[in-house]
Amino acid sequence: MSEQVSGLLTIGVLVLALAAVHVPLGDYLARVFTSDRDLAVERAFYRLCGVDPRSSQRWSRYAVSVGAFTVVSLVFLGALLMMQQHLPLARGASMDWHTAVNTSISFVTNTNWQSYAGESGASALVQTLGLAVQNFVSAAVGIAVAIALIRGLAARHTGTIGNFWVDLTRAVVRVLLPIAFVGAVVLLAGGVIQDLSAPQTISTITGGHQTIESGLVASQEAIKELGTNGGGYFNANSAHPFENPNAFTNLVEIFLILVIPFSLPRTYGRLVGDKRQGLAVVGFMAFLWTAMLVVITWAEQAASTSPTGAMEGKEVRLGVWASALFANSTTATSTGAVDSMHESYSPIGGGGALTNMLLGEITPGGVGSGLYGALVVAILAVFIAGLMVGRTPEILGKQVGRKEITYAALYTIVTPALVLVGTAAALVVSKAKAGMLATGPHGLSEMLYAYASASNNNGSAFAGLTADQPYLNLTLGACMLIGRFLPMFLVLALAGAFAAQHQRPTTEGTMPTHTPLFSGLMVGVALLVTGLTFLPALALGPLAEALS
Amino acid sequence: MSADRDEDTSEERARPAVEERGTSNLMRPAIENEGTTNTMSSLTTQAVESLPGALRKADPRHLVRQPVLFVVWISAVLTTVLACIHPSWFSFLVAIWLWATILFANLAESVAEGRGKAQADTLRKTRATATARRITYGGGEEEVPAAELKLDDRVVVEAGQVIPGDGDVVEGIATVDESAITGESAPVVREAGGDRCAVTGGTTVLSDRIVVRITARPGETFIDRMISLVEGAERQKTPNEIALGILLTVLTIIFLLAVATIPSLAGWNGPKPSVLVLVALLVCLIPTTIGALLSAIGIAGMDRLVQRNVLAMSGRAVEAAGDVSTLLLDKTGTITLGNRQAADIIVVGDGEASEVHRLAHLSSLADETPEGRSIVDWTADRLGTHHDSPSGATVVPFTAQTRMSGVDLPDGTQLRKGAAGSVCRLVRESGGAGADEAMAIADRVSADGGTPLVVSVGCEGGATDAVGVIHLKDVIKPGMVERFAQLRRMGIRTVMITGDNPLTAKAIADEAGVDDFLAEATPEDKMRLIRTEQEGGRLVAMTGDGTNDAPALAQADVGVAMNTGTSAAKEAGNMVDLDSDPTKLIDIVGIGKQLLITRGALTTFSIANDLAKYFAIIPAMFVAIYPGLDSLNIMRLHSSNSAILSAVIFNALIIVALIPLSLKGVRYRPLRADQMLARNILIYGLGGVIAPFIGIKIIDLIVQFLPGM
Repeated sequence: MSEQVSGLLTIGVLVLALAAVHVPLGDYLARVFTSDRDLAVERAFYRLCGVDPRSSQRWSRYAVSVGAFTVVSLVFLGALLMMQQHLPLARGASMDWHTAVNTSISFVTNTNWQSYAGESGASALVQTLGLAVQNFVSAAVGIAVAIALIRGLAARHTGTIGNFWVDLTRAVVRVLLPIAFVGAVVLLAGGVIQDLSAPQTISTITGGHQTIESGLVASQEAIKELGTNGGGYFNANSAHPFENPNAFTNLVEIFLILVIPFSLPRTYGRLVGDKRQGLAVVGFMAFLWTAMLVVITWAEQAASTSPTGAMEGKEVRLGVWASALFANSTTATSTGAVDSMHESYSPIGGGGALTNMLLGEITPGGVGSGLYGALVVAILAVFIAGLMVGRTPEILGKQVGRKEITYAALYTIVTPALVLVGTAAALVVSKAKAGMLATGPHGLSEMLYAYASASNNNGSAFAGLTADQPYLNLTLGACMLIGRFLPMFLVLALAGAFAAQHQRPTTEGTMPTHTPLFSGLMVGVALLVTGLTFLPALALGPLAEALS
Repeated sequence: MSADRDEDTSEERARPAVEERGTSNLMRPAIENEGTTNTMSSLTTQAVESLPGALRKADPRHLVRQPVLFVVWISAVLTTVLACIHPSWFSFLVAIWLWATILFANLAESVAEGRGKAQADTLRKTRATATARRITYGGGEEEVPAAELKLDDRVVVEAGQVIPGDGDVVEGIATVDESAITGESAPVVREAGGDRCAVTGGTTVLSDRIVVRITARPGETFIDRMISLVEGAERQKTPNEIALGILLTVLTIIFLLAVATIPSLAGWNGPKPSVLVLVALLVCLIPTTIGALLSAIGIAGMDRLVQRNVLAMSGRAVEAAGDVSTLLLDKTGTITLGNRQAADIIVVGDGEASEVHRLAHLSSLADETPEGRSIVDWTADRLGTHHDSPSGATVVPFTAQTRMSGVDLPDGTQLRKGAAGSVCRLVRESGGAGADEAMAIADRVSADGGTPLVVSVGCEGGATDAVGVIHLKDVIKPGMVERFAQLRRMGIRTVMITGDNPLTAKAIADEAGVDDFLAEATPEDKMRLIRTEQEGGRLVAMTGDGTNDAPALAQADVGVAMNTGTSAAKEAGNMVDLDSDPTKLIDIVGIGKQLLITRGALTTFSIANDLAKYFAIIPAMFVAIYPGLDSLNIMRLHSSNSAILSAVIFNALIIVALIPLSLKGVRYRPLRADQMLARNILIYGLGGVIAPFIGIKIIDLIVQFLPGM
């Protein structure tokens, strides 16, 4: 079977699988977050935390809950990382303070940027108790906030947007844990390892010695992809044969990455009572995902068959097509797991991965964050185009007025500001520049990629950049923290503003937000906003490299 | 007494607004395209006249309220300083065109304001400067300047005098010439009590004597408010304008960041672009077009209403009009002609139809009511001739007691026509025939929504027979059915308000094609209806004139008070229709929509423009570092300098090019939202992407011959 045929088959199977679960999973999620029954384990947790699961919070209270949970998570994970050498199963793993700060922010923000080497930087205990826990809860926070925004849009003048603790608990207990369990079993069956035995030292053919680490990889691998986290057990991430041994596990991992982000629009459609609304959003996401897949695959295919081309950075086990598919999915979802090294991609291919992040992680984006990011794009589209039908802009019967556009516009500006200012500053700070491997436009791409990845909570890297140093650890940490929570709070404020409104009835005079035209409009707005913001940077980085 | 205002004021009545009256029909091409070369040349004249005003507005203290233009101002100052330090043709040209951008932006606003000023000047001349005859506590009269009148003062106004201030007639009845405000030359009657008691300062009493209680302080009268409204002095930004302003500001910040980080990004690997080029790029990217035209669009929207003789008390009301989803329309005068007309005559018994028509004709000859005349016309049509009243006939006038009218012919024949119940009672009492049948027919007519009139014939002392039933019905105004269909397509619900019984109301509602009706409506019912609609999230528009309409007018999102109405109604509403034409409500909705569409279209156009500007400036800026980027120069512009200058010039000229559109408003047709969206995205979105590629290329072809390119 030629690579094209197997590549197309892989994509075909993936798309079919995603389409098959879209409706049932989306509906299941809708039921999870509207059900008025609690599981025993959930009730126990609510009693423990003193939460009344039937109470609904205003947006400010919801945001405070998110903030409190984040602070506790940061302190706990930071402490765990700093003290890991004194804890069991350390096996010599330790971290600098700035690396620990960066890492704890990274995992709490669902970024999972790793400026340390996975297997030697964090002990098995920390990986399991700290990082794996954050893999679950940071993803659950994203889902919770997305659901809160949907509730705001669907609410009729109630002012409340649900209960964060309930949403968080249910997202973990009823969504992430069961799916991750199934995913882990499948990956295990596919050949991913899961053992706690001591590292083995082997002699290589050339006579050297190599230490082979092992650990509870399959379980962590499943949630790493499912929660769009991306922090690998091993430094090589999904390019490591223990994490991703073959084409089958590669496909399963991509499926796990995309399954929740692509199903959440259905949940949205369900909860607002008009399934077509969800379809329009999924259409928008799928269009851009497909377009970028075409670009990256084409660029990599062309590069690998050109006389100067090489397979540098790609696993021969997986090949160009599967690597491009993984790269596109991981950068379009804020996952950041990699099965090939994006640094070594062709300028256009790497630029494509970069563009996926610069779009704001909305195609389909991270779990939850992708949906709320896409809905903000929808709100911008409604605001600009809605006027053109002669009415004050409205989405789902909710007016987009002064308050709402302020929140949506500020949301749009946060990550571009972090990326641009972060990159520009790093390029003039000599300490940061010292970490760069490449010169010329590729060097710029390296730095731009790093700040784009951190600010948009992706976590993948142009691996050429040596990021484990105080300046980069701290500024990237700041980007991750601000890039995650400032937009999140703005989304919650938006949800609150919508929830306080009456719902206007839909008439022939209302701008439809469920049509292909509207999906196209969202594509236009997303591309235009990103393009206008980043065209100079992209021109100096990937474009200059590609055109020289 | 300085009531020496004479004929020369009549010339002032011919203000532009008047010329437009009566032809305003939003659903038809009235605003599609007012102008050809004629309006263009008048626009040019206006633009030239507005230049001094535009220059005055270049004051940074004025611009600071518009962040986009303020950034342009700072950029212009910066480039001017740079051009002075390092003089070159290029730097001076860029600086000049940045100043031109500011000038053009202010020109748009000045032209829009200038249109209102002309109208305000006319109004100002009509403002009363008269003295007033105030009634003192003792009951005597004293002369005071009109400007010293206080609330609740009573003043006497006699024929030929100007009413010194807004107020209500508390004594007497008079005809008043209100042409100064309405442009309507026919005098109106104003009388104490009731819904026709309001008088406006500056209008002239033509006959009789009235006592007016002053209800507005000097300086706050209706005319004063009109002046400040049309001048835009009281103009406040509307909610949607503020929201759009926020988006534009945020976009400006994004572009500021994108441009400010270029030196660092480019400097990493080569020479940094000059500050001049960066400033030029910034001005091209920030949404100057819509930023410049935003306030002009708002002013022009108000102005379009003024041209239709509607005064909006706030821009917010105009915007709300675009959002209206329920229209409450009074039946009489809005949906139907003011009066009922004969539609049919049904023969009672086995009489000859033509004979019945003749009798009905004769019975109505003396009836001067519109209904009576319509019967005469209808029967004359059928008979083919128009009879004269037989000589010697005695007219029996209508009275509230008999509820019938008629005529006694010289031969003793008594013709009667009137309410079915009364005439049939007369027939029964006289022992005549046909009463039961006539009653049954009358009931049927009522059930169809018509009004039955029974015609009887008899002779003095003898039996009176019912011979026919006239079917009077409400006649729907021509064109209304189509309009309601259009409104429905636009997603607007129409509710007919009438005092008729539900049966009659339903028949008319069905015929007119309105979505719903409110029969036997009391002011409380109206209020309740508005509240229910609003609770369902709908915005409601209505018209009203009576004092009892005031609460509903205040509650409605768009309340249009008729100028003939009471001052309470005018206070309560947020618009006043000087023509007192309730049908105009539909036009007002269209104008509101047009305002929003224009704003959205130009925003889309402005943002879409940026793509081409990037393609002009980015290669120009970076080609020195990375020659490969020249392949992005898809317009094949002459040189880096000419590319940048062309983009800057395009950016300035597009503002001028769009001033007419922003004043006239985007062409608006009542379409479904999705059709309208697709159409406007095509024109202003796609057009906005393509137009600057062409424009910049053309400018570049000219600019390349300038020195320094």
